[in-house]
Amino acid sequence: MGSKITRTVPALLCAAVLVAAASGCSSAGAGSGSDANGPVTLTYGIWDPNQKPAMQQIAHAFEKLHPNITVDVELTPNADYWTKLQTEAASGTAPDVFWMSTTRIGLYAGQGQLLPLSDESGFDNKPFPASLNSIYTVGGKQYGMPKDFDTIGLWYNKKLFDAAGVKYPTASWTWQDVIDASQKLTSPAKGVWGIASPDWTQENLYNDIYQAGGNVISADKKSAGFGDAKTLAGLQYALDFITKYKTSPTAQQMTDTDPSQLFASGKVAMFTDGDWDTLTYKNAPGLDADVAPLPAGPAGRATVINGLANVIYAKTPHAAAAWQFVKFLGSEQANRIQAASGAVIPAYQGLSDGWVKAVPQFHLQTFVDELKYAVPYPVSANSGPWITDNQALLDQIWGGKLSLSAGAQQLTSTMNADLAKG
Amino acid sequence: MALAKAPSAPAAVPAAAATGPRRRLGVRVGEQNGHPREWIWGYLMILPLVAGLACFYLWPIAQSCYYSFTTWGVFGGQQWVGLANYRAFLSDPQLPKAAWNTVLYSLLMLLAIPFSIVLAALLNQLRGRHVGLYRTLYFLPVVSMPAAVAMVWRWLYNGDYGLINYLLSLVGVHGPHWVSDPRFTVYAMAVVGIWSSLGYNMIIFSAGLKGIPRHYYEAAELDGAGRVRQFFSITLPLLSPSIFFVSVLTVIGGLQMFDTVLMMLGRANPALAGSKTIAYLFYEDVFLDNRQGMGCAIAVVLMAVLLVLTAVQFRLQKKWVHYE
Repeated sequence: MGSKITRTVPALLCAAVLVAAASGCSSAGAGSGSDANGPVTLTYGIWDPNQKPAMQQIAHAFEKLHPNITVDVELTPNADYWTKLQTEAASGTAPDVFWMSTTRIGLYAGQGQLLPLSDESGFDNKPFPASLNSIYTVGGKQYGMPKDFDTIGLWYNKKLFDAAGVKYPTASWTWQDVIDASQKLTSPAKGVWGIASPDWTQENLYNDIYQAGGNVISADKKSAGFGDAKTLAGLQYALDFITKYKTSPTAQQMTDTDPSQLFASGKVAMFTDGDWDTLTYKNAPGLDADVAPLPAGPAGRATVINGLANVIYAKTPHAAAAWQFVKFLGSEQANRIQAASGAVIPAYQGLSDGWVKAVPQFHLQTFVDELKYAVPYPVSANSGPWITDNQALLDQIWGGKLSLSAGAQQLTSTMNADLAKG
Repeated sequence: MALAKAPSAPAAVPAAAATGPRRRLGVRVGEQNGHPREWIWGYLMILPLVAGLACFYLWPIAQSCYYSFTTWGVFGGQQWVGLANYRAFLSDPQLPKAAWNTVLYSLLMLLAIPFSIVLAALLNQLRGRHVGLYRTLYFLPVVSMPAAVAMVWRWLYNGDYGLINYLLSLVGVHGPHWVSDPRFTVYAMAVVGIWSSLGYNMIIFSAGLKGIPRHYYEAAELDGAGRVRQFFSITLPLLSPSIFFVSVLTVIGGLQMFDTVLMMLGRANPALAGSKTIAYLFYEDVFLDNRQGMGCAIAVVLMAVLLVLTAVQFRLQKKWVHYE
């Protein structure tokens, strides 16, 4: 039966008010003076349980250098992370330092919720890829210390390729090679599909759009790119695997069973996916996989690059300590700890070796080499609304309820309307 | 899900109304109104509950009503906008479909009532230790986490590898994609809802059945009435207060259906557009689109509809509910 959402939400609001009142009292007392010498406890908000051990190690390393500062790593599952953070930010109680994503930086920095890092003494963004620095720069000031980056690769199942007698993907593959291979690999009798092509944007569609020479958003970030024929060519390529070649499970099938799960269980031979699923595929029983660069489209090679950053909450009572911690998070030492965990590629350039070697059975260097033609993940000042609306429309197109051409018109008009609202 | 029902469900209400002695007790409490020292203790006793209700229910309801006339900034700060939220909600193109889904779901949920009565009657026939075992089994879904329940059902409903379609394939039926085909989603969700509410309803009906005096049946037997006649002439009329109570709760719960949509269907689902409920629209506005004022307007409209429906149900009960 339905949950009492109409009751729980006002109750939550009420609770938030109480919490705000209570913490308002305590932080007023603990405020400014204690930063210099007295003990300080920083809260560090993260959402990935796989990365918690590495974050904890970094926190301990930092505590050794700064004995008067304690770092409390606070894990909130991704599903609740942003809802909780937004409520906390509204009531002035967000963590002192927390993870930020490219899709939210425009909103959080634009609404004055973050401290500009580039104003702090000792700020240095040279070790990080310029594309990441640019995403986290809003109004000429950089608000995020890049933490990691991710690119997309073509994951493939070696066993299924061997069984079908198809050569493994290489750095010279084009769209046509992927189409041909997917047809040879598909075997309805064995319940095997050549490829999984869901309407996921970062893992699939955005890459296809840029490989086709199209655009998701204009350079001035004011208008949608779905009116461009090249953008549509990218979407068409991805959709054809389902509708034309029938070498991908349908949208319904991929709703019922997640495509990464289909790939991990040997039902799908190829899947374009980010480096973040490395450990999932490493640990999948019976899976013998590897990864190759994404294929070249009509306009050449492209992959979307995205990555997280560490930011400081504007209303933190411990701004000086928080900056010390964020500076450390951006240091070589912290990035080496991250690299050794094998969970993500550290943003600090030149330190990816540790990450690449952490899982030697995959050619993880692929993801680092793809930096050469990486395109920044498309965002705007308030990315949330159009990302939600676009996904709902793409779901309709992929589900066969809307043609691609009619869908593209709706994508253009709704996205432009969302962008106009800012 | 049914979990959330617990605080708002005064399970003793039909029983209290149906039995004589407690009603007399009520009269006696009323007579003591003249002695301040006595009744002040009564109010002190209920003070914690009333304070809790005021803080966590009444005050938030008042706030929600106020906020429904405002728009919110992403990080707080309200602006008065009058009726704009209500106008936007009532002209939302998604509303008719969502309203229909909500009504259909609530009607389907009422099917749980006959099932629960049969279950309660069967359990009442059982004697010995097994009763506890069965009662626990049927009650388990009520105390299980709704999210976990939804995940298990999502797996059962899987179009390609789910248990349900596997069983159907054994008898030569090619099952549909239950949770990703909009033609089936509302029914698939209703099955989960009915399954989850059986245990709770069963407990209430079980209590109702126990409250029916045995001598009615003995008298009916002497008069030559069979089992079926006894059920329809004695059990059902005397169970009607419980049926009324459960149907009111079912309608209230059904119209607020939300968690199964989110947890079992998921957010990237081609069937989602055709399967949304009113409460899901509320969730989208508040948690995805940062339109808290709009969400409050939806909540207020939903509350008004629920109040009217419940009032109508209370009016109609005079026609079919028999208090002993």
